[in-house]
Amino acid sequence: MRNFSAPLWLRALALCIGGVLSTVFVFISFSALEALWRSEGLHLFSAVWSPQNGHFGILTMIHASLVLSLSALCCGWLLSVGCCCVLRGLGPKWLAVLLGFALRFMTSIPTVVYGFTAVFLLVPLIREGLGGSGFCWLAACVMLSIQGVPTMTLVMDEAVRAVSAETSLTSAALGITPLQNLSRVVLPTARPWLLSAAVLGFGRALGDTLLPTMLAGNAVQFAASPLDSMRTLTAHIGLVLSSDIGGGENLSLLVAGGLLLLGSIMASLFARRVPGKKRI
Amino acid sequence: MKSMRKNTVVALFSVLLLGLLAAVSSAAALDAFKDLKGTLDIAGGTAHIPVMKQAAQDIMVAYPEIRITVAGGGSGVGVKQVGEGLVGIGNTGRPLKENEVAEFGLETFPFAIDGVAVAVNPANQVKELTSAQIADIYAGRITDWKELGGDTGAINVFGREDGSGTRETFTEKVIGKTELAPSINVVSSNGAMKTAIAQDKRAIGYVGIGHLEPSIAGVIIDGMVPSQENAANGSYKVVRNLFMNTKGKPTGLAAAFIDYIFSPEGARIIEASGYIPLPKQQ
Repeated sequence: MRNFSAPLWLRALALCIGGVLSTVFVFISFSALEALWRSEGLHLFSAVWSPQNGHFGILTMIHASLVLSLSALCCGWLLSVGCCCVLRGLGPKWLAVLLGFALRFMTSIPTVVYGFTAVFLLVPLIREGLGGSGFCWLAACVMLSIQGVPTMTLVMDEAVRAVSAETSLTSAALGITPLQNLSRVVLPTARPWLLSAAVLGFGRALGDTLLPTMLAGNAVQFAASPLDSMRTLTAHIGLVLSSDIGGGENLSLLVAGGLLLLGSIMASLFARRVPGKKRI
Repeated sequence: MKSMRKNTVVALFSVLLLGLLAAVSSAAALDAFKDLKGTLDIAGGTAHIPVMKQAAQDIMVAYPEIRITVAGGGSGVGVKQVGEGLVGIGNTGRPLKENEVAEFGLETFPFAIDGVAVAVNPANQVKELTSAQIADIYAGRITDWKELGGDTGAINVFGREDGSGTRETFTEKVIGKTELAPSINVVSSNGAMKTAIAQDKRAIGYVGIGHLEPSIAGVIIDGMVPSQENAANGSYKVVRNLFMNTKGKPTGLAAAFIDYIFSPEGARIIEASGYIPLPKQQ
């Protein structure tokens, strides 16, 4: 409980930062709403993107953003839980140490390095092994999962370590093996933190611009198979902004930005509402 | 410690001195701007932007009193804004139409040639294509290299994003009004296009002629071989001129800027952006 009074400068600073963040939030929401209101004839929610004919439909991009971030989240989160278990002793000790070191190192690698490496290593692999041009949903999904794993694992690991420290002695006294402890006691108790790691991963996957732009192919179509090329909302913003044209395209960008923000907020709210087991 | 500090100071000083020398040495063509001040707005074609931005930067760094803004919007926007007096120079990627010259009284200055080459991977057997075949490839009607005489394999088609000047030239001069297939992969720059084509044996795409290099192979279109020389002498027709336009004869800052573009420094900037500089037409 708060039984101390923070210094004035600290409170003022917190207020300022809160103000700045809300400004960003308000700006994006208002711009998106205004863009929606002004865009009657532009068919913003159609599937046709054809600026020469006045069609600025971003439906395919919304679909692409959602399926890409959800698939990357699933793969990444499952991998993270596995990594977490290894770190907590499910495998040999040397593996846990190595993995911990590798994960911490991976958090410091810039996104563009992941993208660059994938363009030269992963894309030819997919192209030769599975067909298509290599720039597809699968490539972006794999790299987004790999990129999300370190952050999610480290967030989960903090919680799992704390819970594990609390319960391991009691469990050992009850005759529960470490494996059972991990799977039946620790992970269920740490569920709120696992979920918040998932929200973090989802937000990151949804908002990532560089990896989908470099790897997903950017075609304006509904991706039916993992080998299809797709364009996410973020890649769309990046591509259109880089081409300096005003008018309908800008409005579609503002709405795209608003939708991304909305997606992150909804994921956040959803995670809060899912009840987790509190302390045992 | 004291000698280390002295060494750092000496090193810093010499770096500053060298920088100063470099700045002074490139100031020759910039002297025209010495007594000018004010704002110059430039708008129009997106292909011109790299050249305009670099020239504007050079001028503004040398003379901080001058402000030059560069915007895009396309050729149509360039003509309209310069005609209505909203900008000092309007850029177009096409010659002015009769009615535009008559209505606004514009003067036009072609300053560069922008050529676009269709490129495939060097390992590809197909070296020649007709523009009808290229249109069919981009519309999704031809999907396999064996239909064109190459090895069996699906064609991976790459295109550029919507505002790209390279894409405009390609669309105008090669494929015309064909509806593009939705499955075309989009890359955002000439560099990204080169990487994609160089890595993929079944890829096809288009780049500015200035970007052709051994890692990709230019395709002969309708018998025309893509190269800077052919673009300059007119035998390669997939080119367009880039124009600067002013309302009436250019004066003051606009005139000085146009002269800077036609100067040797300007020619260097144009070449660095991948275009071919044109001499000023008298």
